[in-house]
Amino acid sequence: MSTIVLLLITGLGLGALYFLVASGLSLIYGLMGILNFAHGSFLTLGAFAGWELARRMGGDSWVTLFASMAAGAAVGAIVAAATEFLLIRRLYNRHIEQVLVTVGLALASVALFDGIWGTDPIYVTGPAWFAETTEILGARVPNDRFVLIAVAVLVLIAMVLFLRLTRYGLIIRAGVENRAMVTALGIDVRKAFTLVFAIGGAAAGLGGVLASHYFGYVSPQLGGSLLIFAFIVTVIGGLGSLTGAAVASVVVAVLQQFANYYLGGTGDLVVVLLLAVVLLVRPSGLVGRLA
Amino acid sequence: MSETILSVRGLSARIAGQQVVEDVSFDVPDRGVTALLGRNGVGKTSTVKAILGLIERQGTVEFGGERIDKEPTFTIVQRGVGYVPEDREVFSGLTVAENLRLAERGGAVHRERVAALFPDLEARASQLAGTLSGGQQQMVSLARALLNENRLLLVDEPTKGLAPLIVADVAAALAAAAKLAPILLVEQNLQVVRQLASTVVVLEGGRVIHTGSAQALLDDSDLVTSLLGVHGAKSEADS
Repeated sequence: MSTIVLLLITGLGLGALYFLVASGLSLIYGLMGILNFAHGSFLTLGAFAGWELARRMGGDSWVTLFASMAAGAAVGAIVAAATEFLLIRRLYNRHIEQVLVTVGLALASVALFDGIWGTDPIYVTGPAWFAETTEILGARVPNDRFVLIAVAVLVLIAMVLFLRLTRYGLIIRAGVENRAMVTALGIDVRKAFTLVFAIGGAAAGLGGVLASHYFGYVSPQLGGSLLIFAFIVTVIGGLGSLTGAAVASVVVAVLQQFANYYLGGTGDLVVVLLLAVVLLVRPSGLVGRLA
Repeated sequence: MSETILSVRGLSARIAGQQVVEDVSFDVPDRGVTALLGRNGVGKTSTVKAILGLIERQGTVEFGGERIDKEPTFTIVQRGVGYVPEDREVFSGLTVAENLRLAERGGAVHRERVAALFPDLEARASQLAGTLSGGQQQMVSLARALLNENRLLLVDEPTKGLAPLIVADVAAALAAAAKLAPILLVEQNLQVVRQLASTVVVLEGGRVIHTGSAQALLDDSDLVTSLLGVHGAKSEADS
């Protein structure tokens, strides 16, 4: 029983990370039809920005942690918005060029991070409470998992409220469904594009800081390794669906943990098989294309 | 004496490399309903989309005396062009109220006018637009265009696929709308054209082949048959 609880909560923690990356990917694809291969770079840069700030603030306090999370989110948002404004905006409806640009940016940014911070992992520490465990039904669960889950839930709630209650949220939900008709109502949808990139970048940057605590290090490859699973989550959940991304993040991560433990480390294989099954049986994803 | 609100000169458009509109020229007066007619697939919807910039186009389009053919769609609409697309294109995942709220532009918003014209929509404000009937979706689509102060309405096949009773409702709504702004109407139902339109522009193969009075065309069944490939409005109504 304790093993199951431990796997479940660890899976939820990993799912929280997947959601923070996949939510932005999904909204960006849903609204703009762009597969953003540079999204992992926003995560990595957010992680490094958080680590740099924490290093300068000194100490491993909660204040330092929250400040680094805010820094990661801010840097992710700014870089993502700049990417959309300077590169992607010129390539609307040119999907191959968009893919080439985002792939190129992802590769170039890893090389840039290598040059600035080196290729070796940089180990990070958080508040002392992070290194402790909490016993739940006999399982000793690392405390950082709870923070990851709580942050992801808060981000999900904030995104849902934003989409439901604000005019830009309304534009994004409508744009995911029919972008041309949004412009035919006299709305400059390009502003929504920049905003969606910024929101996605903020979530990824925040995810980067939390990922560095989950894995215990930050490295130039951090974003790329999570991006693969975020893409899988995005497809399984339904491109353009925030709710789908949340559900699929949990399903994929928990399945991965259980398969790794009970099926001899086959978690990645099981996730890819799940992707194949979903694509064959329900190509629109678990929840479908709804923001 | 009416003046021209929309002037189209040498308009051409392509979709996926296929020429769908070729050297089209016509004027829309600043009052009444101008019907854009033609057989299926002659480029009526593409002409409307090209005017709005929804598809790539060449040629000159002037709205209120100013060129708009280089402008993006949202700017053209903000100038005061309301668009009611073919197949309604309501946002099915949004409620009726959200569909209408999304359509509200800056300036005067005529919620009372829309509520008076389409009282059923107020009762269905919280219903998802995707769950409405075709006629109700058409009302949402028309309401979106009538919420704002427009100087021209582009209305594309508003009665397509609707039951006869609903067609009458839509025609009545369009008649009311025509008192607010001139309309360029794409329509297959010649009864509706007879009821609403004063002027017609007929397309064939992406080109204009006839312009003139709506009544003169519809009263000449031979001309209707030769230009549109159908019998006149009277015989259609009888059938």
